Amino acid sequence: MTDKPGLLTVEGICKSFIGFKALDGVDFTVRSGEIHALLGENGAGKSTLIKVLTGVHQPDSGVIKIDGQAVNVRDTQHAQNLGIGTVYQEVNLLPNMSVADNLFIGRQPMRFGFVNRKLMEERARELLAQYDLHLDVASDLSRYSVAVQQLVAIARAVDMSGRVLVLDEPTASLDRHETEILFAILRQLRARGLGIVFITHFLDQVYEICDRVTILRNGKLAGCALTAELPKIELVSLMLGRTLAIATHNTRRDRPVPAIRQFSFKGLGRSRSIAPFDLDIGEGEVIGMAGLLGSGRTETAKILFGIETADTGHVHIDGNPALIRTPQAAVACGFGLCPEDRKSDGIIGDLSVRENISLALQAQRGWFNRLSGREQTVLADKFVKALDIRTTDIEKPVKFLSGGNQQKVILARWLATNPRFLILDEPTRGIDVGAHAEIIALINRLCDDGMALLVISSEIEEIVAYSTRVVVLRDRAHRGELSGDEITASNILGMIAAEPEGASA
Amino acid sequence: MNTRVLPLYATLLICIIAYAACVFQFPAMFSTRVAGNLLTDNAFLGIAAVGMTFVILSGGIDLSVGSVIAFTGVLLAVLITRYGVHPLIAFAIALLITTVFGAGMGAIIHYLEVPAFIVTLAGMFLARGLCFVMTTDSIPIDHEFYAMLQGLFYRLPGGGRLTFIGLLMMVVFIIGIVMAHFSKFGSYVYAVGGNRTSAELMGVPVARTTIGIYAMSGFLSGLAGIVFSLYTSAGYSLAAVGVELDTIAAVVIGGTLLTGGVGYVAGTFIGVIIQGIIQTYIVFDGTLSSWWTKIVVGVLLFSFIALQRILVFLSLKRTTATSGG
Repeated sequence: MTDKPGLLTVEGICKSFIGFKALDGVDFTVRSGEIHALLGENGAGKSTLIKVLTGVHQPDSGVIKIDGQAVNVRDTQHAQNLGIGTVYQEVNLLPNMSVADNLFIGRQPMRFGFVNRKLMEERARELLAQYDLHLDVASDLSRYSVAVQQLVAIARAVDMSGRVLVLDEPTASLDRHETEILFAILRQLRARGLGIVFITHFLDQVYEICDRVTILRNGKLAGCALTAELPKIELVSLMLGRTLAIATHNTRRDRPVPAIRQFSFKGLGRSRSIAPFDLDIGEGEVIGMAGLLGSGRTETAKILFGIETADTGHVHIDGNPALIRTPQAAVACGFGLCPEDRKSDGIIGDLSVRENISLALQAQRGWFNRLSGREQTVLADKFVKALDIRTTDIEKPVKFLSGGNQQKVILARWLATNPRFLILDEPTRGIDVGAHAEIIALINRLCDDGMALLVISSEIEEIVAYSTRVVVLRDRAHRGELSGDEITASNILGMIAAEPEGASA
Repeated sequence: MNTRVLPLYATLLICIIAYAACVFQFPAMFSTRVAGNLLTDNAFLGIAAVGMTFVILSGGIDLSVGSVIAFTGVLLAVLITRYGVHPLIAFAIALLITTVFGAGMGAIIHYLEVPAFIVTLAGMFLARGLCFVMTTDSIPIDHEFYAMLQGLFYRLPGGGRLTFIGLLMMVVFIIGIVMAHFSKFGSYVYAVGGNRTSAELMGVPVARTTIGIYAMSGFLSGLAGIVFSLYTSAGYSLAAVGVELDTIAAVVIGGTLLTGGVGYVAGTFIGVIIQGIIQTYIVFDGTLSSWWTKIVVGVLLFSFIALQRILVFLSLKRTTATSGG
């Protein structure tokens, strides 16, 4: 890897946040004239690495070098001066101002102490013409599509820095055609000698445009290779890891397939979110949902639970049609959902364990039928015992509990409502190995008790351990289903990595 | 067409219709005398409203305006009548104090990350309290320089008077318009109001801008205080109570979004004039209580906020429609 000198090199970067190591000795090199993919699942450390590169965070240890010179990136402004331009995931521009303002704010051409709008707009037109973009630069940015805004952000970043361009999931909100335009521009910039860091979770795009790829997992470097020399299946296994060994033998797979599946979802879908899919689930089944980040896993959960309304399709429960357009309706039908990001969507950190557990049941009973303090205590005590939630007492604010115990509190909240169908989105993320095994044992127990479960997970081995069926997602669509003896880690990986044209099982 | 300008046009239309309706009922209102008085009577309100426009454009609020006007009035009265300071020097002292006062509030808002509402609320009590510390009486100002400034006017055709303070308000508005649209500072104000985080990531000096905005509002409140003292020839601790709310009303009626980032200084001028027209109408009518001004302003505010919400909603809908297609 020494044929070309690195334009931007980081060596042994470590960065910890309170009680959590986000980056652990990561090395990373971008060369001039290459597009370098940075891959990893949620929480792998991609964003933290980018924030260290662009001066938002200061690394705890490690060196950042530009052209072989060690530098200390103080802040975003300094990063720009060093030649590192960033386009963040959510386009960080000012939709209330004109296109020209957005391109030149802070460095407008001046005349007699006033902004020379005419010159500024002329320059903006010239700048955008390089990207074959012909806009009315005097009109508000908000009038243009997200794709155009993204291109404007890139034009600004390149114009201001012009050496390294960092793109954080630039294609997440673009359609196929818009992505093509973006790629054409990236190729053009690569030819100009820029080093481009490209973060995405669309693997096809990695193979389409990137020269090299670096993979992070759990804050560590999992691999770095030339894209052409790395088969897709290997890439996926590097991203997802195959480290978790669970001894529990899955016995339920031998059971006969239930004759009636009580929950039936037909043709549910939402444009720009997830392609229409069918899903049937019966009591005593665990459906594992596998796929990479952004493949439509969470979107599926949100549609099932009524957080996002489906454009198409219909739902039948026990053979009767049901309309689920709000989470309240879903709860009324006996659904429960443990969301992916428990910190922002799940627990309420300042409330006690007792209050967090009784929340969903209270919501189900309505505002005027208050759960008394004693009822709440009884409820909380029961679940603290049943799920082995480790807390000194039930009045402790949930934020002081460990990740695994917080997860159990959310589970308890939904179990208290006695759901018939429970959706778990990444129930084992960010919790330690011991708690991991407990959650899996709990999933098995709930299933044996006759609950229907849908579990979304990035951990393939884990899915293999508890699922009676596995649905595999790719590119915002359900691509296939595995059942019985077909459920193996390599089969799942194979389906995730399959070519888009290729037949999926 | 740009939907952002729509509230401005709506305000202008309402202003013209209101004036036409008044003239229809009281033809005497169609004269340069009334126009001149409109400017003179609302000079202090207009000057303070220019500062408020910048504050609201940046997504903030300044509740200290009315108190600062009263503070300036009392300070001038005390300096001129008790200590015999020349009015020009007193003006300079007052403007310096109010500007530093505003800058201080801006610094607290930015560095301590306290909501502007709270900081300027504290500023409001502080400035009003300082008035009472200086004096609880109403002090008349009797100085030949004041008399000279008060007698200064340009006679309009038709007998109307464009007074010094009326003219001063126009000048402040023109400077405000130029600053908003043709200076770096102006673009930073819109940027901070549009999205503070984005502005910071794009290299806008947010700290300097925030402090500058509140310093400017402080300065203009001080200037409004000077104009108010010229207008009333007195300093009184209980003067200009609630003027901050009148200026906020003028800014919002003028089409500036309370959430920041969108609006025009020129719109605020129309907002001030609309309030003036309503007051003039009440004077002409003679039977109506002056509280009708408040009622009409209240109704206008409601309708403008509703109009803005509808426009924002429609433009959001349109963007999703175009991006979806």
